[in-house]
Amino acid sequence: MHMADALLSPAVATTMYAATAAAAGYSINKVRKDDDPAKLPVMAVTSALVFAGQMINYTIPGTGSSGHMCGGMLLSALLGPEAGFLSMIVILAIQCLFFADGGLMALGANCWNMAFYGCFVGYYLIWRPMMKSKCFGEGHSAQRTRIIAASLIGCIVTLQLGAFSVVLETSLSGITELPFGAFCALMQPIHLAIGCIEGLITSAVLVFVYESRPELLMDVDAAESGEAKRSLKSVVAILAVVALVVGGGLSLFASSNPDGLEWALFGNADSGYSTNMGLDEENFGVESNAAEKAGEIQEKTSFLPDYAFPGSDSAAGTTVSGIVGGLIVAAFALVICLIGGFFRRKGHQKE
Amino acid sequence: MNKMQKALHELSEMDELASRRSPVHRLHPAAKLIATIAYILITLSFDKYDLNGLVPMVLWPVLLFQISGINVRTCFYKLRIVLPLVMAVGLFNPLFDRDIIVTVGNIGISGGVISMITLMLKGVFCLMASFLLMATTKIENLCAALRKMHFPQIIVTLLLLTYRYVGVMTEELAVMTDAYHLRAPGQKGIDISAWGSFLGQLLLRSMDRAQELYSSMLLRGYHDHFHFAENRPFNFKDAAYVAVCILFFLLLRYVSITQILGGAIVR
Repeated sequence: MHMADALLSPAVATTMYAATAAAAGYSINKVRKDDDPAKLPVMAVTSALVFAGQMINYTIPGTGSSGHMCGGMLLSALLGPEAGFLSMIVILAIQCLFFADGGLMALGANCWNMAFYGCFVGYYLIWRPMMKSKCFGEGHSAQRTRIIAASLIGCIVTLQLGAFSVVLETSLSGITELPFGAFCALMQPIHLAIGCIEGLITSAVLVFVYESRPELLMDVDAAESGEAKRSLKSVVAILAVVALVVGGGLSLFASSNPDGLEWALFGNADSGYSTNMGLDEENFGVESNAAEKAGEIQEKTSFLPDYAFPGSDSAAGTTVSGIVGGLIVAAFALVICLIGGFFRRKGHQKE
Repeated sequence: MNKMQKALHELSEMDELASRRSPVHRLHPAAKLIATIAYILITLSFDKYDLNGLVPMVLWPVLLFQISGINVRTCFYKLRIVLPLVMAVGLFNPLFDRDIIVTVGNIGISGGVISMITLMLKGVFCLMASFLLMATTKIENLCAALRKMHFPQIIVTLLLLTYRYVGVMTEELAVMTDAYHLRAPGQKGIDISAWGSFLGQLLLRSMDRAQELYSSMLLRGYHDHFHFAENRPFNFKDAAYVAVCILFFLLLRYVSITQILGGAIVR
């Protein structure tokens, strides 16, 4: 789900940077207030582990494919949402800087899509309420089921939100001609399946931590840990079947009925989407007040205003002279390379 | 070589590139960072049909690759991660945007094709720019520069520490994965029975180790922040570099070089 720079317009990229900066500012304040300097190495080591752990392939039983774990939920369950968010930012920054996974300007958007939802939404709306409730009864095995359910639901929900944000950001940037609804219908079901698998793998790791060191998990009552009654394998297997059935059903619904997503987004069919499903830069394929307002705001806040050459209708229609000019630029680039090569050879000879 | 060993290889390769010497390497990290961000922002701001305007933006990375003596092949290897999503999004453009906006001879080219090519070029150019930044700047120097630019202490320290431990953890997991696969030949990944314990055990051990690590940091005089050895001041040359870069980008942005060069020959 890492977005590249090319998928964002400068306005959207900077907006997402601002949003991420706000969340990061809040987190930094919170971590500072906790005043626990010994936590920093723990955060660093855990995020390094999550970084490496995301490269492990887990075999999905019954299929030939493999899945990965979900970093955001794991980190917020172990470190808390604020420290988890900062750790995720660092992981994403390293992935972007050293592995070109995601772009430098898209880093803000990537942090929002993957870290913010995974850490804040996943923790405050799913993990903590579930750990505090007694939804599966009391005792050790109930707690385990709660952990598995919370990681599963958390991963599915946060991945859905993340995937939806990718669609929204790309569409607002005016990058793709793909209609909003169709783009959603493409992204959401895929990430539903990924979310189920990531959730199960993450829950397996968290249950292992709970079995051995329950005090490491946030909001988990360590006193309740004791003898296991049901094996992890059976719990995971049961939940996997449930997730597959639910996921399969939902994705069928989602893909056969993409308009439902648009309806949910823009209120109702009267004021919402209409015949114009194609996205263009003026209104994002949706003739609604909300979309127009968003367009106006984007126009106004645009860091480098949506610019086209004078007579932009023919911006690309400048045919022959443009092509010749392009070729000259290419030749120019080649000359730079040749000169560079010449000087390097000379340098080598001197050495 | 498994995935983790490849990642380790990539990390050490970037490290090696960043420790070379060249005029670009010698520039202040903050100057390179600002120039790179300006380049990416201006590249992204080109209109989706403005292929003519976008093409000359290639000149800056080409020039830097030559001056720094870094092989462009290493950079293109990294494209394999970024390009698929960009391609997936861009490939739909020709299907939905079919209005012919350019005709070359008898062949009409639709807006979708132009916007697809523009999108891909933007992807490649931005990647080249951020690759060049990291291939010519050590992470320690970049972090020192970030601190000077008043970037939050906690993130910079966390970035440095995590970067240090990414290597250690990846190596550890690479060994574990190899050991697992030697004992489970013919199996593609980690079996469901070991899903939790495989990473979980290392996680527990590492979290304990982190406490010892913190104690050892304290013993060596760590107090709230790191001290950076190579922390040279931002001088006139660096400022001039930033100014020239930004002026050059703005020139390419607002003056269509391709039009002028092409027009001079065709007309």
